[in-house]
Amino acid sequence: MYNPFSLKDKTIFITGASSGIGRAVAIECSKLGADVIISGRNPERLQETFDALEGHNNKQFLAELQNHEDVNSLIDQIPLLDGIVFCAGYTKTLPFQFINEDELNAIMRINFIAPTLIAQSLLKKKKIKNGASIVFISSISGMYISFYGNSMYSASKGAINGMVKGMALDLANKNIRVNTVTPGMIQSNIINTGIITEEQINADIKKYPLKRYGNPNEVAYAVIYLLSDATTWITGSNLLIDGGYTLT
Amino acid sequence: MEIKDFINHFADQFDETDKSEFNPETEFKTLDEWSSLIALSVIAMVDEEYSVKLKGEDIRNSNTISDLYNVIASK
Ligand SMILES: NC(=O)c1ccc[n+]([C@@H]2O[C@H](COP(=O)([O-])OP(=O)(O)OC[C@H]3O[C@@H](n4cnc5c(N)ncnc54)[C@H](OP(=O)(O)O)[C@@H]3O)[C@@H](O)[C@H]2O)c1
Repeated sequence: MYNPFSLKDKTIFITGASSGIGRAVAIECSKLGADVIISGRNPERLQETFDALEGHNNKQFLAELQNHEDVNSLIDQIPLLDGIVFCAGYTKTLPFQFINEDELNAIMRINFIAPTLIAQSLLKKKKIKNGASIVFISSISGMYISFYGNSMYSASKGAINGMVKGMALDLANKNIRVNTVTPGMIQSNIINTGIITEEQINADIKKYPLKRYGNPNEVAYAVIYLLSDATTWITGSNLLIDGGYTLT
Repeated sequence: MEIKDFINHFADQFDETDKSEFNPETEFKTLDEWSSLIALSVIAMVDEEYSVKLKGEDIRNSNTISDLYNVIASK
């Protein structure tokens, strides 16, 4: 069947696959024919994702991205890749006056430095094929706007968008494409931290021209577009998925 | 933890509201300056000063400063 977005015969590595956006990306990639390698921290939830995958050549690895040993052993076990999707990340809501060095280091490490160094190590170990596609999940927060109490998170996401431009240039001779997607608010565990009340969430939803938050699949489809051969001439770019939020 | 100190810390999160407006019975959400950012600041202050993790709901369910103080004292 004709399908320019097919991922058949591609091997895709996805971090943060035990929840939310990463889980949706993993499942949808497998449905489009990819073999997927997934990683996450929570074994039960990673297994749930694994069980929902199609195909028989998938693999799962537990890794705490703050832990160098975990990351090194993950990198060693990863096979030759056609694509990577960096979904692992978290947010910490603190008004700017309350930020501190530990929290800032932690969020930069997980959201920005860890995916960056994983990509770099995989390249050095020649585990990324020429012609592969790398996608980072960034956020509208940092690239376009921010939210109250979100300065550290915005910094970590802004860093990704900056780096991806240089990375795309440096990897262009290998035909490796590097892009970001920047979602607006997506229904997932990340917003269930309890700092924001349901009332505030409902008020926030009204600010979206399309009158709802996105769902993880809607991000996954954008990621798939960037992973597929439909986008072999797209690199260093960013795909905005925000229900119109940044228009107003 | 003393309510007097708590009120001081609470008042520190405001820039325009006069200190004299803050007492245990102050219905803080009716203050002109009250905002979602100040709510976030109060949550961060309580974590920093009292090592208590408030939820947004705790603030929503409290009307007066002493209501909130009691929530913190009970955690
Ligand atoms: N949801 C949104 O509104 C939204 C909007 C824009 C961008 N994003 C971005 O999208 C990405 C995915 O978010 P989500 O909404 O899907 O969040 P989520 O449901 O909370 O999932 C986060 C994922 O990251 C993993 N993770 C977090 N910290 C980790 C660490 N230290 N080591 C290893 N893995 C770690 C989690 O693993 P475990 O669950 O196994 O611990 C989980 O798989 C994040 O980068 C986020 O910033 C989200």
